[in-house]
Amino acid sequence: MLKVSNLECVRGERSLFKDVNFSLEAGELLQVNGPNGSGKTSLLRMLCGLARPAHGEIRWLGDNIRSLDEDYYNSITYLGHLNGVKDNLNAIENLRISSALAGNGIDESTAYASLQKMGLIGREILPVKVLSQGQRRRVTLARLLVSDTVLWILDEPLVALDTSAVLLVKGILEQHLEKGGMVVMTTHQDINIAAIETKRLQLN
Amino acid sequence: MFLWVIQRDLLLAMRQRSDVLTTLFFFIIVVSLFPLGVGPEINMLRSMAPGVVWVAALLASMLSLERMFSSDYLDGTLEQMMLSPQPLILLVLGKALAHWMVTGVPLVLISPILGFQFDLQTDALLVLAVSLLLGTPVLSLIGAIGAALTLGLRGGGVLVSLLVLPLYIPVLIFGAGAVEAVSAGLGASAHLSLLGAFLLLSLVLAPWATAAALRISTE
Repeated sequence: MLKVSNLECVRGERSLFKDVNFSLEAGELLQVNGPNGSGKTSLLRMLCGLARPAHGEIRWLGDNIRSLDEDYYNSITYLGHLNGVKDNLNAIENLRISSALAGNGIDESTAYASLQKMGLIGREILPVKVLSQGQRRRVTLARLLVSDTVLWILDEPLVALDTSAVLLVKGILEQHLEKGGMVVMTTHQDINIAAIETKRLQLN
Repeated sequence: MFLWVIQRDLLLAMRQRSDVLTTLFFFIIVVSLFPLGVGPEINMLRSMAPGVVWVAALLASMLSLERMFSSDYLDGTLEQMMLSPQPLILLVLGKALAHWMVTGVPLVLISPILGFQFDLQTDALLVLAVSLLLGTPVLSLIGAIGAALTLGLRGGGVLVSLLVLPLYIPVLIFGAGAVEAVSAGLGASAHLSLLGAFLLLSLVLAPWATAAALRISTE
């Protein structure tokens, strides 16, 4: 499904990584490891087409993602290290708007139900700016509950979360993998997610 | 989708009303300063009115340009929009239209009242409002290109004015020209048609250029 060959990332004069090769099939998880500054975020941004690789190519179902463009975006969900929520909107508005922009509009009760699962009830009508860092992260992660995409690209999804939220996210990811989804993620936490196959990619 | 973007930006503007009001009050104050500074010479006021109102409108629309993409860029929502399965051009068009509704429409509505300060006649007031109605969307559309190009740069606010103000010149000439033509007893239709043509041209070209600029700036 997802096939990456000879990928190289150059920042300024320096090559962050090169000759990165991997492929990902339904139900598989790819965990990208590496110290700070090793290019994990750059790799994920390349995978979702936000950044252009210096060398190599990324193919989705056999086609280069550059040529697929908007068709590819129908199949992926990317959560970056920025939360992607508007401070002045409340959790329900944020979730509904980001889902609609991802081409998958949801009604208010669906949004309410997924925020409930993320443990945000009672705070769903407060502007997100008054929530804590971890709660904002939960608002962002609620998108995963309503997304219908195959490939999830998650950059440090567990940052700022408490232990119960980490377990919650673990459950969501396992359910997605079980249904034949794919996950590419970076994390510094020790977490064991059940998947058909867990691949590891070490950048240094 | 397109409507969602507009709805979202209008909702955000409602929550942050001070941004909208700043632009409007800036416009009102700049226009009102001129009669005070120049003195009550009616003929002079009448002849300078179109230029003053139009220049103030350019500057007011300029004020809020920087915010068009930068807040979305900083909180990561712009990234999410760029990964949307909808064409980026449509999203950009939605954002430019929302920007116009928030900053352009209030100027159009208030302009006849401000025109009174310059003793403009009724037909000139009407043409002033119509020329702004046709011209201000062009300002938002062209401004979007500048805002996208300077995204994430230090001193983007100054840079955006250097980039965009020269491109506003044709709109200024024909917008102010329309009102002058009516005051001089000539018809304004030629000027207004040209403004309409600018609007159509920028509706087609500006979103495309803005989308390309956004892709470069966010890489």
